[in-house]
Amino acid sequence: MTTQLEDLFVQTRSENRAALIAYIPAGFPSQEGCKKIIAALAKAGVDAVEIGFPYSDPVMDGPTIQEASGISLANGTGAAEVFSALKSAHDVGLPALVMTYWNPIEAYGVDNFAQEMARNGGSGVITPDLTIEESEGWKSATDGAGINTVYVVALSTNDDRLARVTARCSGFVYAASLMGVTGARTTMSSGAEDLVSRIRTCSTLPVAVGLGVSTRAQAKEVAGYADGVIVGSAFIKVILEAKTETDAIAAVDVLARELVKGVREAR
Amino acid sequence: MSSSETLGHFGPFGGRFVPEALIGALDELEAAHNSALKDPVFQKELAHLHTTYTGRPSILTEVPRFAQHAGGARILLKREDLNHTGSHKINNVLGQALLTKRMGKKRIIAETGAGQHGVASATAAALFGLECVVYMGEEDTRRQSLNVARMKLLGAQVVPVTAGSRTLKDAINEAMRDWVTNVETTHYLLGTVAGPHPFPTMVRDFHKIIGEEARAQTLELVGRLPDAVLACIGGGSNAIGIFHAFIPDKNVRLIGFEAGGDGVETGRHAATISGGTIGVLHGTRSYVLQDSNGQTVESHSISAGLDYPGVGPEHAYLNDIGRAEYRPITDAQAMEAFALLCKTEGIIPAIETAHALAGAMIVGKELGPESVLLINLSGRGDKDVQTAADYFEIPL
Ligand SMILES: Cc1ncc(COP(=O)(O)O)c(C=O)c1O
Repeated sequence: MTTQLEDLFVQTRSENRAALIAYIPAGFPSQEGCKKIIAALAKAGVDAVEIGFPYSDPVMDGPTIQEASGISLANGTGAAEVFSALKSAHDVGLPALVMTYWNPIEAYGVDNFAQEMARNGGSGVITPDLTIEESEGWKSATDGAGINTVYVVALSTNDDRLARVTARCSGFVYAASLMGVTGARTTMSSGAEDLVSRIRTCSTLPVAVGLGVSTRAQAKEVAGYADGVIVGSAFIKVILEAKTETDAIAAVDVLARELVKGVREAR
Repeated sequence: MSSSETLGHFGPFGGRFVPEALIGALDELEAAHNSALKDPVFQKELAHLHTTYTGRPSILTEVPRFAQHAGGARILLKREDLNHTGSHKINNVLGQALLTKRMGKKRIIAETGAGQHGVASATAAALFGLECVVYMGEEDTRRQSLNVARMKLLGAQVVPVTAGSRTLKDAINEAMRDWVTNVETTHYLLGTVAGPHPFPTMVRDFHKIIGEEARAQTLELVGRLPDAVLACIGGGSNAIGIFHAFIPDKNVRLIGFEAGGDGVETGRHAATISGGTIGVLHGTRSYVLQDSNGQTVESHSISAGLDYPGVGPEHAYLNDIGRAEYRPITDAQAMEAFALLCKTEGIIPAIETAHALAGAMIVGKELGPESVLLINLSGRGDKDVQTAADYFEIPL
């Protein structure tokens, strides 16, 4: 059986376009607000959503996602809230993933986490700090639950390792566009396109590019060569800047529609 | 198969939990360390620095007046406090600084809690002409302000970290973010036996000289091995350094003393093995202070250098196989031992180290006057004068 995420990439490939994937931490800006934003993303034409599991020590995140994670944790977000946000995405028809540092999965129980993902309609999990060397237990848990495992590869990943990491991926391969933490950048790094073409030589999976994409022009640029465009900090920034939750939803809608256009005008 | 697939584990502990962006740098570091271990030129250079710069071997001091408060056991202090820069930290720093040169990198970053590792890193950077940035929790820049000034005098940039608990854990987070961004030019000079492989193994290798010297010195002084070897535990580098040579000596007890803060039962402590559970923090699997969602719980200790919610994976392993024991010491117990060593022996220890001294006062009474205890006196207390003056209400 295929996941909703896998079906999505079959569809977008047939439409000759990239998918737009949005990231938002569960419980941000509030438990209900997060779900409303997910619904707004779906309505604006975003193709899939990554639900972030907020973590106390987000070493791969820049100030924007750090702040959002802090707010989410202060809102009492734990595994139950993450799965609830995931289910809400599934309910509005969006293919949904969870993106999380490894320790919350280990604390929940590796098998239980994978099962609970599937039970709430999740397509897969992105694990940016789980190395393939440590992934044996996760592989059997996710195989059992029938969900995708997305690993992140970097500009510095050599070809030999790229082949081994992508072999562990399913759903898509997450290509980090730059060396650094999450956060909006004014220009896209030139290395991303090269990384995507290196991935293509060892994997037939869809490749989605994340880190630093924030504008329609950047989305268009990336959508020219990648199968997916991932946007996180840019959404969080407009939510943080909004005065009310209603304003935040409106701002997310505006940004999402711009990015959707960018993705669709690329090819 | 690269060695990272086979190495770096201590039983179920250790390993690598890091973004892919760092794998290349960790492999490069592991390769540099492995080749340096076999390179007589490197070893000679490091040995030369030990004798002409650090002041090794550090001496062994017997402390009979202090020992009267520890059941009359014979107590020997391994004087790492007399090293250049005032603690054991310099052993690891000089080793890694030489590796930095070997890898052709020009910039080092470091985290620091008590400031001792930061000072040692700034010192090595000055010695080798490297750029140095030290991340330090804002709370720690306050309680260890003397060391902040030392680092600045040595030419390092000190970045106060305002996230989270503003202590060592948050300084490591910020250093990791810097490293992910600047990994091509920068070496992360991690200051303890934690973090992703190869750090726990490599940092231990640079500190094991402490135990090798102390074992020979103890044999020479008392004609036999000690009954117990004692050390304080932050991340665990000074402890693994003095323990390691004794691991094959099955009759020698190895006892680590964690920061019990207000008491483990209060929840306000940094006793990771005594009061934590197994998890992943800062790239390694070990004991961690965490809640049911895997969120790190803030640690508490009067000692900045022990105020860390994680611990090196080799200690987790030594604990689980029963080769070493780990016990908590409260702030109050540590400060009592601190004052006692000052008044009975004329040695002002670091507050970190005072946890091991407090441990000796307990273990000495358990083992009795026939016993010999070897303690790693990991650092001197100059940096703690302000904290101690506040604690004992000495007007400044
Ligand atoms: C004097 C001294 N002892 C001990 C420690 C704790 O570190 P570790 O457990 O790695 O030896 C520190 C850390 O700052 C220190 O300065």
